[in-house]
Amino acid sequence: MTTVRHALYAGARDAVPLMIGTLPFGVIYGTTAVAAGLSPLAALAMSVIVFAGSAQFIAVSLISGGAALPVIWLTTFVVNLRHALYSATVHPAAHGWALRWRALVAFWLTDEVFAIVERRLMERGNDALLPYALGAGGAFYLNWLSWTAAGAWLGQQFPDLAGWGLDFAMIATFAAMVAPQLRAPTPVVVALVAGAAAWLARDLPFKLGLVLAALAGVVAGVWMDRRRNTEEARA
Amino acid sequence: MTIAALLAGMFLATYLTRASFLVFGHRLRFPPALKAALQHVPVAVLTAIIVPEALAPGGRLDVSLANPWLVGTVVAAVVARLSGHLLLSLGVSFAVFGLMRWW
Repeated sequence: MTTVRHALYAGARDAVPLMIGTLPFGVIYGTTAVAAGLSPLAALAMSVIVFAGSAQFIAVSLISGGAALPVIWLTTFVVNLRHALYSATVHPAAHGWALRWRALVAFWLTDEVFAIVERRLMERGNDALLPYALGAGGAFYLNWLSWTAAGAWLGQQFPDLAGWGLDFAMIATFAAMVAPQLRAPTPVVVALVAGAAAWLARDLPFKLGLVLAALAGVVAGVWMDRRRNTEEARA
Repeated sequence: MTIAALLAGMFLATYLTRASFLVFGHRLRFPPALKAALQHVPVAVLTAIIVPEALAPGGRLDVSLANPWLVGTVVAAVVARLSGHLLLSLGVSFAVFGLMRWW
């Protein structure tokens, strides 16, 4: 049991840097949701039930723009499609897990939780991965709810807070996560292609540009892998 | 628009993607080629989110040293790459961003 408790704790501990990184993000979500006309309780309920930072942000901007419900639902689905890839990445390691644990880990599988769990998977393989994922996911969930609540409260007190540009915290966090991985030619090419495609497609509606750019980056990565394999076969 | 319908639909749209393989695809076997392709997903997605936000914060193009989002993001990436320390990188980049914005 020590191993289980250890892994739970390790997951929560490894989540701390990203929890701090999402502090302003969660606060700003809560603030803007209230500014867009949601009640503080509704803003918090969205974090409790949906738990998807970027989709929640986009939903808030759609609500304030007067979008219809189906548009908001479809946009949420498109923005979150990448999570199916996360689900597929964790899936081979999850064969021995009970259904309720798989269902719970799936619920918590945000960008950040996936990044933490995936790193563990690369470094340690399947060793105590479930309690580790539960520790990271649970800690991150409570963290997101706390900052959302704080933001909703702040949004009521200071309606101007959303204009401060604290959204910078999100991209700084992502940049700090990506940069250490850029130690080989392939990830560098993936980043360059995805970044360029995201820039070219940035005006597409519904954040479709994000999906296209991610796909372009992955295709570039597969092409690089194939090129390297051919060269190795020739050598 | 009822909040309950909004949240129920958003929950389904989010949970179906995350549960796809983990909950419903338990008997599926995973093609190795797809598995190899998935390794590139985190770098591709995160970079695709970063680049438009850093080059054009708020939708306005600004490729200059006076753009705090761009400079701050580059600082975060460089410090993380050199030190391998996430918190240090965030602290330095937040400081740079804050100084450029409000000093």
